[in-house]
Amino acid sequence: MSAGVGVDLENLWIRFGDFVAVRDANVNINGGEFFSFLGPSGCGKTTILRAVSGFLDPSEGNVLIGGKNMKGIGPNKRPTALIFQNLALFPLMKIWENITFSMEIKGASAAQRRKRADELLDMIALPGQGDKLPSELSGGQRQRVAIARALCAEPDVLLLDEPLSALDLKLRQHMRTELREIQQRVGITFIYITHDQGEALTMSDSIAVMRAGVIDQIADGKTIYNDPNTAFAASFVGENNVFRGKVKKVMDNEVLISTNRSGDLVARVSTANQGKMSEGDAAMMFIRPEAFTIAPTGAAGDHFVTARVNHEEFEGNAFNIFTEGEGGKEIKVSIPNHGQSFEDHTGQNITLEYETRNAVAVPAGELAAE
Amino acid sequence: MNTSFLRISIWVYLAIFFAYLLGPLVIMSVTAFNSSGFPRMSPWECLTFQWFGELFQDQRILNGIKNSLIIGAGTVALSVAMGLAGALMLTQIWPKLRATYYTIIIAPILIPGVVLGISTLVFWDRINRMLGLGADSFLSNGIFLTVIGQSTFIASYCMLVLVARLQRYDMALTEAALDLGATHAQAFRKIMLPFMRPAIASAAVLAFLASFENYNTTTFTFGEYPTLTIELAQKVRYGITPAISALAFIIVALTVFFALLNEAKLKRQELVAAARKEATVEELAGKIKLPSFFAGNMAAVLLVVFAVATITVVGTATAYNPAQCIADVREQKQLEAEQRIQELRKQREERRKQQEAQEAEQGEAQSAPKPSNNSGFGNVFAPNSLGGDGDDGASDTESEPSNNSGFGGVFDPNSLQSDQ
Repeated sequence: MSAGVGVDLENLWIRFGDFVAVRDANVNINGGEFFSFLGPSGCGKTTILRAVSGFLDPSEGNVLIGGKNMKGIGPNKRPTALIFQNLALFPLMKIWENITFSMEIKGASAAQRRKRADELLDMIALPGQGDKLPSELSGGQRQRVAIARALCAEPDVLLLDEPLSALDLKLRQHMRTELREIQQRVGITFIYITHDQGEALTMSDSIAVMRAGVIDQIADGKTIYNDPNTAFAASFVGENNVFRGKVKKVMDNEVLISTNRSGDLVARVSTANQGKMSEGDAAMMFIRPEAFTIAPTGAAGDHFVTARVNHEEFEGNAFNIFTEGEGGKEIKVSIPNHGQSFEDHTGQNITLEYETRNAVAVPAGELAAE
Repeated sequence: MNTSFLRISIWVYLAIFFAYLLGPLVIMSVTAFNSSGFPRMSPWECLTFQWFGELFQDQRILNGIKNSLIIGAGTVALSVAMGLAGALMLTQIWPKLRATYYTIIIAPILIPGVVLGISTLVFWDRINRMLGLGADSFLSNGIFLTVIGQSTFIASYCMLVLVARLQRYDMALTEAALDLGATHAQAFRKIMLPFMRPAIASAAVLAFLASFENYNTTTFTFGEYPTLTIELAQKVRYGITPAISALAFIIVALTVFFALLNEAKLKRQELVAAARKEATVEELAGKIKLPSFFAGNMAAVLLVVFAVATITVVGTATAYNPAQCIADVREQKQLEAEQRIQELRKQREERRKQQEAQEAEQGEAQSAPKPSNNSGFGNVFAPNSLGGDGDDGASDTESEPSNNSGFGGVFDPNSLQSDQ
């Protein structure tokens, strides 16, 4: 990490009347980090961003940028630049005027602005487009102009509010790489808001998973994916099969869970919950579709699940098997395609096997909506 | 069969509709060029431009136009500013209050202008007295009162126009400007105001026109500064002349001109935008390839036609001398008048002969009706007085066109009756 300016949220509460949008958020974002807030729409992540940029005053708690309390400092005095969800490019200004708006405010001459705009246009790979109007650019180009405009203000912290959501899939994937590259080049702190876990996982150094105003987990992408703190984090990030049940037996960092419909299964307790789960507690365990393998028929034990295959899909890189376990329990299995021959199991009963370390147990909790 | 009937009906309907809309304007415009002293299209006498000359020599009309322009400018400034403030408030206000606020701010449009005029007068008079100022103070000045009075409801019109545009404004643009370091004032001036510019222009035009044509509010507030509408209304009270038609024609012509100009400009912008969209980066970096001004721009073509027509008319007006025509018409009228006098004389002669014959028959007992008959019709039937009237009318046509009785007794209903 280069030494950028960090952002800290201390006991941050934001209320709108009786509605609590953000509940006691404590976040420590390092300087130069690419930090994402990940959560479904309405979880309060945009509210946090607006509190950081200064458009919204926290009800309680503090926002610190570079260790300095931002209370009472307006958005135009903060060292942040926000990239809006709809980009908010000034429609009547040419691209170069848009990009250098922050310089115009400070009274820079047109020549200076022109020069800086050209530099930034080169950086975002849009050389010579400065005289166009925003409406004459494509979605991806506008996106990059918005980034250039924010960077022109030379912020210490760049805030991005779902900037890729309006783009089509191909462009979105391309822009992910590009954003990450730009961040690494300029070395400033990026705070990124998204509901797309793919974006968060691919770009971020750290991710905060949010649910209904509460931050469930802050960690790097791998940890969030493999070692979720809560049922919500486990179900929201990536695909997961959930098994509900009760803790039957605690064995060091593993638990045996008596599931409602799939018998007794063993799972690893997620790191944050180790030592906190005891016998009789309601629990949930999660096994990712790709963690299953097909075992020989008849195998049984605490890491085997039997299920009947409903239908199968070929997705190119993987075969998806949709099964129905005992009692109508739906399980999705994903077998990577290595070019092997693949037998059609539709209608058959199969036995699925998993490794204990790939099954994560957490206390029962709210799941993400499908 | 059926469809063709329908089509014909539509055309007939359209013809009637436009005749209804534009007919009075056309007729009024034509009367401005007829030398007849009373604004009329037929009988056509002579093509003349004298009414325009007369119009521009009428100090009251000119003064009225001047006052109207001053008041119009004041009203535009005040109404647009108030309208913009009202519109901004509407977007900022607490949503629950929005409907109520909207109703209140729209209400002046529904209140009769007369009431607004009276209330403005009374209210400012009170203020004036409260402040202990005299009758000649600024607060009782006609221009000030009229501007204030008109703005009370014109500002509402402006607000409606501005709100429509403001609803399309993305508040994120202001936030983006703030975020990039602009102050609220800078964000307003550099982002929102340019966005609102077209609507502000529309509102200003609307406000000016509304102010210019306003009568019922102004009539209470104008004080010593009568506007054009007030002057016209006062003039019409004492008889209408074609000079007013000339003024109407100028107003119509200006309206058509600006409408066409605006249309041509819009069309041109459209064409330029289309061209820019198709242009490549290189073309944009260099010179924008502008389409020729007239390509696909009907309004521009009409505008040029209009301009040429105007130049032609003005050219004709300076070169053309209707004196010969007017003299001819006068001569002809004189002839007609003389002819009619001859006829009347003849009729009278015959009647007298008949009466004499009757008197001869009925004896001398009934000689009384003759003098009473004479006095009943006044001097109209006196051959000498008729002749004199006719002469006067002919000579007056030039010097006093506004005189309705310029044609003497010839067109007098009473004298016509005598024909029967």
